[in-house]
Amino acid sequence: MGGQAGDGRGMARSALTGTRIRERRTVLGIKQADLARMAEISPSYLNLIEHNRRRIGGKLLTRIARSLAVEVSALTQGAEATLIDQLGEAAAAHPEIDAEVQRIDEFVGRFPGWAALIQDLQRRTGQLERRVASLVDRMAHDPILSTSLHELLTKVSAIKSTASILMETEDLDHNWTYRFHRNLQADSQKLAEGAAALVDYLDAEKDAELGLVSPQEEVEAWLNRHQFHFPGLETEVPDLVESVIGRNQALRSAPARELARAHLHRYRHEALAMPLEAFTAAALAEDFDPARLAMRFDCELPAVFRRLASLPSDSGLTQIGLVACDGAGALTLRKSSDLLSMPRFGAACALWPLYRALAQPMAPVRAVLEGASRPGQRFLAYAISHATYPQGFAGPAIYESLMVMIPPARLEPPDDIGPPQIVGTSCRVCPLRGCPARREPTILADGFDSGASNPQ
Amino acid sequence: MANHVLLIEDEPNIMEAIRFILSRDGWKVTCHADGATAMAAIQRALPDVVVLDVMLPNRSGFDILKDLRGDPALKDLPVLMLTAKGQAKDRELAALLGSNDFMTKPFSNAEVRDRLRAMVRHG
Repeated sequence: MGGQAGDGRGMARSALTGTRIRERRTVLGIKQADLARMAEISPSYLNLIEHNRRRIGGKLLTRIARSLAVEVSALTQGAEATLIDQLGEAAAAHPEIDAEVQRIDEFVGRFPGWAALIQDLQRRTGQLERRVASLVDRMAHDPILSTSLHELLTKVSAIKSTASILMETEDLDHNWTYRFHRNLQADSQKLAEGAAALVDYLDAEKDAELGLVSPQEEVEAWLNRHQFHFPGLETEVPDLVESVIGRNQALRSAPARELARAHLHRYRHEALAMPLEAFTAAALAEDFDPARLAMRFDCELPAVFRRLASLPSDSGLTQIGLVACDGAGALTLRKSSDLLSMPRFGAACALWPLYRALAQPMAPVRAVLEGASRPGQRFLAYAISHATYPQGFAGPAIYESLMVMIPPARLEPPDDIGPPQIVGTSCRVCPLRGCPARREPTILADGFDSGASNPQ
Repeated sequence: MANHVLLIEDEPNIMEAIRFILSRDGWKVTCHADGATAMAAIQRALPDVVVLDVMLPNRSGFDILKDLRGDPALKDLPVLMLTAKGQAKDRELAALLGSNDFMTKPFSNAEVRDRLRAMVRHG
């Protein structure tokens, strides 16, 4: 099976799973009724699927893929999964509009241009909202801005009062007139200097990533731009951490630079313990199994997770994702991945192995996952949590959990793991029905059909 | 006898403008620019009314107001708070601490004069 997904003639143009099924069937010259029979569903239901009127996943998708002699991923992977996710997020952000979220697939299929436009508008709206929040926060808490504005208002007050006296006092004597003119001149000069300094200050900030709310987000955005890989830190000597930090314009705030510095020092330490060339070769030889890599290099599992996520893009492994959380479950590190969307704010899906690991420190967790909004697209996840004791025996244990995600194209998930666990991003945009871990209703009321109860 | 106002303000040109306006209105005006020694200056001068800036060197106007209201001899002294920070929370804090009135910069000369007249009349 497989190997034929890229044979062109329509497949490359396909946008949605249903469309891809129809095109693949046409290419192979299979009648709709015949494929329906092979897939054990009715022709009318297959027709709905092919026109993207029904979402499809699970066993039914596997049967259809097998009948069409392609990998499941050839029918499901693509930019449309991300697009559908983001349109779902847009609908979730505007519940008052009552968008037809159950027809997102159909909408994307029929109006891809409009869908892309909404996606872009949603992204830009989010950026602007974060920028406004950032500016409001600065207005309230930035001591430089606050002091500058106070000084400007004070000078304006002095000028206004003095000018009023000069204008309204008819019998002002020469000495007072001179003194007030002198005061006006001095205050005007200070006002001009203060205004210029304020403009300079704001100008210096205008290129900053004001849309990034926290130092953590600032660092994550910067790390993702580098795909978590820093060639300058891979060499034996010299240590270029300060050089990488110092020349970087994306890290503007002092807390962000401090976080980045800590990350890079750890990166450097782990790069020396697991040299790139040897580690890449070992990862390929060991099927990216973190436990075996940890034994080979005599390193802790969290370090191996981070090292896997830092492999360079030219190794073809850029989709290795990484996510970390603290003991409260708050996400503290996110390496973007096409395998699984990660919430920017709030809690993630409680079914992630990341949280299972958190509940059982030092016990490794391995699972095959399938994104609820990306049926058929499976990947392997490893998770581990560990404790640190920054204050020694006197202080509390600080827990951290990490999960690394390995793309399916690079390996076959071992058979001994069991059936795939379907997971989401967060409850609001998760279509999974009957989820035991759901904490709030989804806006995607209809979910997708796993094929378990298909009409015949 | 002229009413006595003590102006506690660190910006010299604002201080001079207000002193000029109030002097021509018949007030006795004394000035003080430092927050740390403001309480001692008030206790020494015993004015009829105080104009108190919030942002002062070494000690804030809010702290001074709090001390004033805790001093049995000065707890009823009329105080007009003056600040460049016109935010609602500042106004609320001033009222909570016992300020009689509150003005934000930039202000008009006539308004300062009228407010002080009213405070002395009603005080």
